[in-house]
Amino acid sequence: MADPMKIRAVSRNNVADVRVLMAHEMETGQRKDSSGKLVPAWYISEVTASLNGKLVMKAHWGPAISKNPYLQFKIKDAKKGDTVTVTWTDNKGEKRTDEAKVG
Amino acid sequence: MNHQRRSTLKAASGAGLYGALVTIGLLKPGQVSAQALDEAFKAQGIAATLKALGASDAAVSNDITIMSPDIAENGAVVPVGIRSNLPKTQSMALLVEKNPSALAGSYDILDGAEAEVSMRIKMGQSSDVVAVVKADGKFYMARKEIKVTLGGCGG
Repeated sequence: MADPMKIRAVSRNNVADVRVLMAHEMETGQRKDSSGKLVPAWYISEVTASLNGKLVMKAHWGPAISKNPYLQFKIKDAKKGDTVTVTWTDNKGEKRTDEAKVG
Repeated sequence: MNHQRRSTLKAASGAGLYGALVTIGLLKPGQVSAQALDEAFKAQGIAATLKALGASDAAVSNDITIMSPDIAENGAVVPVGIRSNLPKTQSMALLVEKNPSALAGSYDILDGAEAEVSMRIKMGQSSDVVAVVKADGKFYMARKEIKVTLGGCGG
């Protein structure tokens, strides 16, 4: 099981500024290991974000996103106490979902 | 009798469900199909990627801002943000011209999200980055050069 995400959501003027830090290798598939073999690609390919269960943003990623990805986005009409849920799926099918309250 | 419903059902059975759903507006055409995205992630260079995204006719727009440093010291971690002031922004994508595959990420902006995202990307070398925004069914783009002093694709 992958490490949990760090999610911080702060609402100002009813707009929530959401910052997410995920723990993932994000291997490009271009790199070679010490024996000269290609390291197979392993990266988060999809990230979804919901506010109180309603999908607001969906990201499609390639391996060019940095290791331990950082993502920031903004949600309209988000009040203190609302729930932000973020789910990522990698190209091996592994998933991780975490949530945070808007502060 | 609900005539619209009837013709919808007819179209759905005839011309393929996806096309029919787009026609009646149930599926938003703003979201690029998964297949097109797969193609786009394999494409090399800006022109081929734009073509795969169906955005070859993207117009240069001043309403798109690329937020990034002009010089990135470490190509493995380059902070880049895209903001669109275009009304009805549906999706935003970030392309890096000189990366092995240009498309770094594409974001569907649904109802309830603002047209602004930030991320950290890898860049193999100094390159132009291009933000492609789909708003109200049309494509727009903006371009910015980022200089990288240390490449991000070591090995």
